[in-house]
Amino acid sequence: MQYLSVLVLGLPIEFLVLSFITILCALYVVTNKNPIHSVLALILTFFSISAHYIILNAQFLAIVNLIVYAGAIMVLFLFVLMLLNLNKDSEPQTKMGWQVAAAIAAGLLLVVLAASLHKSSEYVSRNPVEGVGLVKNLGKYLFSEFLVPFELSGILFLAAMVGAVLLGKRKSNEESTEMEDKAQ
Amino acid sequence: MKPDSIFNALDISHYVYLSCVLFCIGLFGVLMRRNAIVLLMCIELMLNAVNLLFAAFSSYMGDASGQLFVFFIMVVAAAEAAVGLAILVMVYRNTKSTDVGFLNNLKG
Repeated sequence: MQYLSVLVLGLPIEFLVLSFITILCALYVVTNKNPIHSVLALILTFFSISAHYIILNAQFLAIVNLIVYAGAIMVLFLFVLMLLNLNKDSEPQTKMGWQVAAAIAAGLLLVVLAASLHKSSEYVSRNPVEGVGLVKNLGKYLFSEFLVPFELSGILFLAAMVGAVLLGKRKSNEESTEMEDKAQ
Repeated sequence: MKPDSIFNALDISHYVYLSCVLFCIGLFGVLMRRNAIVLLMCIELMLNAVNLLFAAFSSYMGDASGQLFVFFIMVVAAAEAAVGLAILVMVYRNTKSTDVGFLNNLKG
């Protein structure tokens, strides 16, 4: 407890409130029984992570995070949840023993990670550069040093799009039997 | 208070702790939940914890590469979500459930 108070004391209140909201929403995502509420809490988590990006002077990432994650991906999740009509009643139950085991495993990982990384600030030289997170600077890097990964990610998107359409399509014979069923 | 002054008052280790906590919450969800769509959401949460750490290190060291890595992780996450959800919709059509326990039948 003393260690925790040392960790928290003297920090800007904005950071503390934001981190509190982030962690609380993340816990709500994990523990809530209703998947729709989970998606909404996850959107809130992404909003607060975007606020963290703004604190970190990563303005471009903050906007992209909102558009891509909170906008596109989460709407996709919400759409699928509503399409499949999943709610609290259809939620599969986990055994109590499993829940305890999962909590212990995750807690142990947290302890190990925190213990191994708690001196990380000694190894990072603090050297903030003005405007490092702006579109102009990032674009310069993206289209020179990272040009090949950028093009490859375009191919990845194409493959993912084709794959998703192919997986989501019904087989033609399946469709025809359904049509026959309807006709009868 | 301007973002810069908040940034100057913070140490990199605070973001390391925050990211670790978020990652472990995501892992807890992956281990505990059985609804496959919620599992995908927990994976997104873990990816976001990593993204936050990338952005924090990038800002502290004044190196733009970290933020571009975040950009590429977002691309991969979007592709993963699209394909994963398509697979789940197909599984739901066949089993009428998104419980990962049903997928035990795949073995062999």
